[in-house]
Amino acid sequence: MVTHGCLPVSLHVLACNVSSGIPELSGSSSDVAMLKSVELNKEGVSHRNPLSAAASPLAACSSPLPALLGPHSVHTSTALSSGGGCSLGPLPQTTAHRSAMAATDVDVFSNEEKRSLSLGGHVGFDSLPDQLVSKSVTQGFCFNILCVGETGIGKSTLMNTLFNTMFENEEASHYQNGVYLRPRTYDLQESNVHLKLTIVDTVGFGDQINKEDSYKPIVDYIDTQFENYLQEELKIKRSLFNYHDTRIHICLYFIAPTGHSLKSLDLVTMKKLDSKVNIIPIIAKADTISKSELHKFKIKIMSELVSNGVQIYQFPTDDETVSEINASMNAHLPFAVVGSVEEVKVGNKTVRARQYPWGVVQVENESHCDFVKLREMLIRVNMEDLREQTHARHYELYRRCKLEEMGFKDTDPDSQPFSLQETYEAKRKEFLGDLQRKEEEMRQMFVNKVKETEAELKEKERELHDKFEQLKRMHQEEKRKVEEKRRDLEEEMNAFNRKKVATETLSLSQPLKKDKDKKN
Amino acid sequence: MIERPETAVPSIAQRNLEGYVGFANLPNQVYRKSVKRGFEFTLMVVGESGLGKSTLINSLFLTDLYSKDYPGPSQRIKKTVQVEQSKVLIKEGGVQLTLTIVDTPGFGDAVDNSNCWQPVINYIDSKCEDFLNAESRVNRRSMPDNRVHCCLYFIAPSGHGLKPLDIEFMKRLHDKVNVIPLIAKADTLTPEECQLFKKQIMKEIQEHKIKIYEFPDTEDDEDNKLIRKIKEKMPLAVVGSNVVIEVNGKKVRGRQYPWGVAEVENGEHCDFTVLRNMLIRTHMQNLKDVTNNVHYENYRSKKLAAVTCNGVDNSKAKGQLTKSPLAQMEEERRDHVMKMKKMEAEMEQVFEMKVKEKRQKLKDSEAELERRHEQMKRNLEAQYKELEEKRRVFEAEKVNWEAQQKILEQQKLDASKTMEKNKKKGKIF
Repeated sequence: MVTHGCLPVSLHVLACNVSSGIPELSGSSSDVAMLKSVELNKEGVSHRNPLSAAASPLAACSSPLPALLGPHSVHTSTALSSGGGCSLGPLPQTTAHRSAMAATDVDVFSNEEKRSLSLGGHVGFDSLPDQLVSKSVTQGFCFNILCVGETGIGKSTLMNTLFNTMFENEEASHYQNGVYLRPRTYDLQESNVHLKLTIVDTVGFGDQINKEDSYKPIVDYIDTQFENYLQEELKIKRSLFNYHDTRIHICLYFIAPTGHSLKSLDLVTMKKLDSKVNIIPIIAKADTISKSELHKFKIKIMSELVSNGVQIYQFPTDDETVSEINASMNAHLPFAVVGSVEEVKVGNKTVRARQYPWGVVQVENESHCDFVKLREMLIRVNMEDLREQTHARHYELYRRCKLEEMGFKDTDPDSQPFSLQETYEAKRKEFLGDLQRKEEEMRQMFVNKVKETEAELKEKERELHDKFEQLKRMHQEEKRKVEEKRRDLEEEMNAFNRKKVATETLSLSQPLKKDKDKKN
Repeated sequence: MIERPETAVPSIAQRNLEGYVGFANLPNQVYRKSVKRGFEFTLMVVGESGLGKSTLINSLFLTDLYSKDYPGPSQRIKKTVQVEQSKVLIKEGGVQLTLTIVDTPGFGDAVDNSNCWQPVINYIDSKCEDFLNAESRVNRRSMPDNRVHCCLYFIAPSGHGLKPLDIEFMKRLHDKVNVIPLIAKADTLTPEECQLFKKQIMKEIQEHKIKIYEFPDTEDDEDNKLIRKIKEKMPLAVVGSNVVIEVNGKKVRGRQYPWGVAEVENGEHCDFTVLRNMLIRTHMQNLKDVTNNVHYENYRSKKLAAVTCNGVDNSKAKGQLTKSPLAQMEEERRDHVMKMKKMEAEMEQVFEMKVKEKRQKLKDSEAELERRHEQMKRNLEAQYKELEEKRRVFEAEKVNWEAQQKILEQQKLDASKTMEKNKKKGKIF
């Protein structure tokens, strides 16, 4: 009987999952159950549903069971040694455990599932790396170098020396009022290998009086290249395989050969860049430092970098073929380099060198400077690793931060993994809701405005109406007065007329009497 | 040297190197890293039972993938179509290959085979979906590539042509996976029959516009010649065998018949070596690339287009596929903002116009009111004046009359006075 102790956890897990395909057996751990499972399993597997994303890997699990009827412990160990075939251990309760494994299921399964087989002859897939290589060569390679350093420190000369060619360069002036980056792309070919090389120069670095923001254009440039790649990767219709990759693979940081220590600008800049790009610090114009000073300088620089937590690029030591050379080179960092495109005759050879009155500094002489080491490490040994690190580490970090910023998560509060579709749909719903809300707001605002103005106008109308009424009343009043007056006048006139008539009739009768008198 | 044309990227200049730099070593670096990483490949075999699929796999990889201990799916009786995968790790020359063989037992075995391809399609889609989800996670760790890179479709050697099931299956899967049709158990066909059969099959494939896997042309003329030769032999007629037989002192894999031995690796007996060379030795990487760059991208764009354009009709969607869903949402947002601005402007305009109208009306009413008020005022004033005039006339008349009366009164008084006097005088007489 197998004891828990000798079973690794993964087999447990495997056992769990085998059992979940055999519903009759879950929870049972007796021998009888095991025997049953042996026979059942042959058909149990076939009764499984044809498709469920995590269930299918179990197909091959069916077979070893007949052999397990013997002493379990022995067979289990041999199963283990042959590469981890299926074997049944005790079958604890599994369903909860199983569902909790979520998307890592497949990994676990595939590790357990994989049987190692020996081949009976030459199949031929050992040409796979060659196929891959020939594909890469046909596609061409792409490499982007960023050179950060003060004006005049020798960046362009070093590039010329490294790549054995004259890249076009005007000397930069010291009077730039800001730092700006100048990328230039070149097509190079060596034997059958095409390389699209982009050299990005930082113009004006270190020239300003206030250098607080000097690092910003550099960080922005690096981020922009990541952003472009991310946008391309997120497109619905994308073509990543012929996308011109502009992400910076290596940043060569040029340190001025003071002999003392790093400048604060250097520390600040490198600290800002170390999580975004592979940095290799270089001591420029190393022919101004003597060997002993150089040794002290290097130690000082490295200790400053370490104490400030700056992470520079370490040459990888995980691949046995190059680990030795990489490890030894790691100890020589930062490289002290000298660049030159002029040729000087030394002995019977013509080499690239700098001619001084006191001697000739040969660029490719390892005891004069570390140029050869730099070239070896940068180009001949680790170029591919630099590209890989940029993609797998720095770009992923950028991408992760960017997506989290935009509100994407891998799991929702109930720790159910989101599928991409769900995430997008959720975002879209949110987005549409947002738009609708904005529209509503606008309408509402408008309605309010209309109401306001309406009220205002109504008010005015009412005032006018009141005024109208008032005037009307006034007029009526006046009219009445006039009528009154008129009536008064009429009355007076009538009275007068009556009086007049009365007097006239009276006077008519009176003169008769007078006449009568007169007659008498 | 091959000139690279100046593309959209500005100023890519060509430079000649004056000495050895060393990046010609890049391919070696790639080689080294790929060997360290190891390789993965998923091969799917589809065909009716008994066509020799398991045997062919064993022959291809010279190993006992399916054996007594791990019997292949053909040993079991299936009721419905299953999709089963087995993973093995094989090493050769320092190169590790994780090979996944996906088998489809039960395919085409039922009486009614409608939709028997559905589990296969589901499997392929689910692997693509897994990869899509893994690729779209925020935290991306290793992305294991379990997508099906190649599907070997076994055609029964009837000698006549494709069966309806064959055509239907290939039509449905040719844009999801690389389909390589094979004629199984080719040792039942004579070379002439085989030729005719192949021609017939290719004709039918072209008729139905089925896109089987095409070998890409290379820049090398030599390779191109070989490729053309292979293309002429499509579909490949294969024979598989688990048994090693001795022929003329050599041990070969073959099938022993009373009339002779059909050797698996003999190019004149069958196309097995062509298949193996093509599948494993020369085009394995290309199969993976085509899966990644073509089939997977198709799946992905369909999936994402469905998410972002849900409900929107296709004519609008065409132009939007060049962006990521998020960029598309951004653009929609901008469009919406613009639309709202326009709407707002329009509404403003209408509003202003109405307000102006109303105000104008009010103004007119006010003016009207003023006018009438003036008119009435004038009217009243006229009336007043008239009244005044009348009164004045009346007063004048009254004064006149009163004056007259006064004179009359006086006269009367005088008259009466004289009469008095006269009366007095009269008596005296």
